[in-house]
Amino acid sequence: MAIKGPVPQIPVPVWRNFKDLQEWETLHQTRPEGDKHSALFERVTEGIHGFPGGFLLTTAADAFFNWARKSSVWPVTFGLACCAIEMMATFASRFDVERLGMVPWASPRHSDLMIVSGTVTIKMAPMLTRIYDQMPDPKWAVSMGSCANSGGPFRHGYHVVKGVDRVIPVDVYVPGCPPPPESLLNGLLLLQDQISHFRRTGRRATPNPKVD
Amino acid sequence: MTGEQARAAIAERYPAATVDASALERRSLGEGGPVTVTVPVDSWVEFAHFAKTTLGCRFFSFLSAVDWKDEGLEVVVKVDNVDTGLSLLMKTRLGPGVSACPSLTMLYRGADWMERECYDMFGIRFDGHPDLRRILLGDDWVGHPLLKSYAVDTPHPPYR
Repeated sequence: MAIKGPVPQIPVPVWRNFKDLQEWETLHQTRPEGDKHSALFERVTEGIHGFPGGFLLTTAADAFFNWARKSSVWPVTFGLACCAIEMMATFASRFDVERLGMVPWASPRHSDLMIVSGTVTIKMAPMLTRIYDQMPDPKWAVSMGSCANSGGPFRHGYHVVKGVDRVIPVDVYVPGCPPPPESLLNGLLLLQDQISHFRRTGRRATPNPKVD
Repeated sequence: MTGEQARAAIAERYPAATVDASALERRSLGEGGPVTVTVPVDSWVEFAHFAKTTLGCRFFSFLSAVDWKDEGLEVVVKVDNVDTGLSLLMKTRLGPGVSACPSLTMLYRGADWMERECYDMFGIRFDGHPDLRRILLGDDWVGHPLLKSYAVDTPHPPYR
């Protein structure tokens, strides 16, 4: 049997060439070009604003839509490591997240929230990006645990992404190793608070100052 | 076959092999610990065949490697005789700067993925392996991370 040579060095495919967090912030706050849907909304809203008292209508509609959004945040069941056990505990009966309207759903195409629970390795990062891209807009991401926040205890390993915010935009960071279900629940409540400030034009709220 | 019988058989058949060389290896002599044998890399497959047929060590436990920096790489294999409880720890030094070793896949099917992992982490080319490619890391990975010469902060764009 002939020996195969070493594996050819294929250049790393670049999914998103973001340099730093400032670029993430820009992505976070703007819609992609050619989004006809929001442009139409923009025009309709400006038309409504032309009438006296039109703001009442749009703000009421915003409040209603945001209430609907935050009341049915469906997290995709995406467990990576030991944090996933705590996430399952949060989903289970004792810390019941279904009373917040969250149904753990096994399909990214029906989900609004991705809880990145665990270590993201360099080999896993493309799959994570792919699942995140499959989720319909508007979507949110919660980074759960030290590994997803910054790499955690594996930060100096050779194989770990140093924080999942290098791969996808993150809304709420939940600290802990692993965070207990109370922490994750607090993070989810903070996320709901952020969603209630979600703007009509698709612009996201500024980070919540109410973090204790 | 007990450990003593195995040591006698090895000493009779392979006088060049070193049995229980270091104090750490001798520590488990009377306790049924593994018999540690260091063989030259030339007689690596031959000794494995001897261990499988004569000593009856048919169970392939694991294969790994040690990077001794200037002294080169050392491949470590543990095979077991599940009938008599004999454990055999086979070692071989590849020599400084050498990263080629004969493969044991024609003797032990279990060596397949272990040698692929060893190639992945240490870059040891196992001659005679049917499908030697990376198993844990991605195909686009550059370098072999468990070598002492690999810096853990090696950049891997766009992730680190």
